[in-house]
Amino acid sequence: MLELTAVEAHEAMAAGELDAGEYAEAWSKAAAGDDLNAYLWRNEDGDGGAIAVDRPSIAPIAVKDIFCTEGVPTTAGSRILDGYRPPYTATAVQRLIEAGAPILGKTNMDEFAMGSSNENSAYGPVLNPWDRTRVPGGSSGGSAAVVGGGLAPWAIGTDTGGSIRQPAALCGIVGLKPTYGAISRYGMIAFASSLDQCGPLTRDVRDAALLLAILQGADPCDSTSVGLRQAPQLPDREDLKGLRFAVPSDLTEHVFDAGVRQVFEATLEKIEALGGELGEVSLPHAEHGISAYYVIAPAEASSNLARYDGVRYGMRAGADGDLIQMYEKTRAEGFGAEVKRRIMLGTYALSSGYYDAYYGQAQKVRTKIAADFRTAFEEFDFVVTPTSPSVAFGLGEKTADPLAMYLNDFFTVPMSLAGIPAISIPAGLSEPEGGGPRLPVGFQIAAPAFAEQGLLDASYALEQAIGFDARPQGVRGG
Amino acid sequence: MASGGGAARLDLETAPRIRRVIDREQVLHVARLARLGLTDAEVETMAGELSGILEHVDRIAALDLDDVEPTSHVVELENVLRADVPHESLPKDVALASAPDPVDGAFRVPSPQAE
Repeated sequence: MLELTAVEAHEAMAAGELDAGEYAEAWSKAAAGDDLNAYLWRNEDGDGGAIAVDRPSIAPIAVKDIFCTEGVPTTAGSRILDGYRPPYTATAVQRLIEAGAPILGKTNMDEFAMGSSNENSAYGPVLNPWDRTRVPGGSSGGSAAVVGGGLAPWAIGTDTGGSIRQPAALCGIVGLKPTYGAISRYGMIAFASSLDQCGPLTRDVRDAALLLAILQGADPCDSTSVGLRQAPQLPDREDLKGLRFAVPSDLTEHVFDAGVRQVFEATLEKIEALGGELGEVSLPHAEHGISAYYVIAPAEASSNLARYDGVRYGMRAGADGDLIQMYEKTRAEGFGAEVKRRIMLGTYALSSGYYDAYYGQAQKVRTKIAADFRTAFEEFDFVVTPTSPSVAFGLGEKTADPLAMYLNDFFTVPMSLAGIPAISIPAGLSEPEGGGPRLPVGFQIAAPAFAEQGLLDASYALEQAIGFDARPQGVRGG
Repeated sequence: MASGGGAARLDLETAPRIRRVIDREQVLHVARLARLGLTDAEVETMAGELSGILEHVDRIAALDLDDVEPTSHVVELENVLRADVPHESLPKDVALASAPDPVDGAFRVPSPQAE
């Protein structure tokens, strides 16, 4: 029964052909076989206290450890929150519980969602289920690895600059970043508040639609949440007739990985075969996305992470010194290298004398990037790119060079800055540079704000035409 | 620069570079603002890494965006108000339960002044 997608399982349960309790139990056993370091906490006794589900009625789910869960450890991948048990549950998780989805466990992640390889977790890196010498991507690496590796039927993660889409691409699954505001951020530990968005990591597009339908909606506890205008329906579109897809040449001319380029171009041909129209579009400011993002996100993070000061929750160090010494020591011992780097970068960008040159200028670039997309969408329905410049890279390969790591987000950051929805679907396999077993390549489709239904419909049609059915060794299909 | 992946070759030569070097003093100043203790080794590494990242970021400084409004929030929102009705909030003991040093219904911290 683990071969079923979440939608198939849901339909089988509704038809009385599948016992929800037995199904949840089977997944619980599968999750217990985690050999990827993907779970930080598992719901072993099936209880979970405050996050327990009375009567399971939908597929159990893995939750990124950035979501607060009442009474259940929540670390955001950081030592500073080691042992923290929040007094309340995030709205997104509460919606899952109310929908009858048992929580399988909390998944490993880059510390405070800062990273593209999951190597920034204080609890060790997650391994890619396709090749254990490689990274699963990040920051939702644990959530992507459990779905790709057969340790959960589906999962939720968060995406600030690509943290759902890039790991989904590297693990051969579907990842959707909804429009900013579609899903409540209440109880989602903040990284960069104007960019953070919760979303699904699933085996296929229909599962992503079902999960989005559960998660989306305005929440009085998050005044930036507005929900979608219409509840998403399961997609069943079979062609792409009348739909116009734009390739942003300013971005895609920077795809140099031959295998990624080949899969990308083959997918464009499939779009045409399905009746879709292809065209080129210019997003002249998108290539500055990384620069703007690595000012805005660290600036917001430096402010959000000021709360970890050893006073109200989490660890405390240096209690024998004065107050400032306690703050400095707690943060020195509690945060990892990447989080420190971003706090420093953000504090610098916001400091007196540099604010206008960095933060102000980056926010103007953000305006231009959003305007570029608006112009593109006057003529086109979607903008398409590869999700990531390369397939999964080796553990340790990019850790010494922060900038090289940041450039993994090259294709995903512009959409985040524009606040628009974007999905990554698996489009094929490609041999990594330097050789080795073939690895998944993701295809990214972006749509105008709140156009999730059209995005899911088109992605579904394309997904059927691609027919991606490869799985990592030892993982059963779906 | 990393060997695999396209990262090194994504180096975009589209804007003139401004060479900015973050020195040790600046690192220490920013670390003080951020209440972040750094070891001597971290100060050295941080100076180099921040300089490298800022050199990349400095490309946007060359863009002429004088007439452009900054964006702080992408979704157009009306101000959201709720009814001014009191509701239950977190009980004090629950709010204090995760604190490293709760005492007498409060968060205890070391003295701001060293002894």
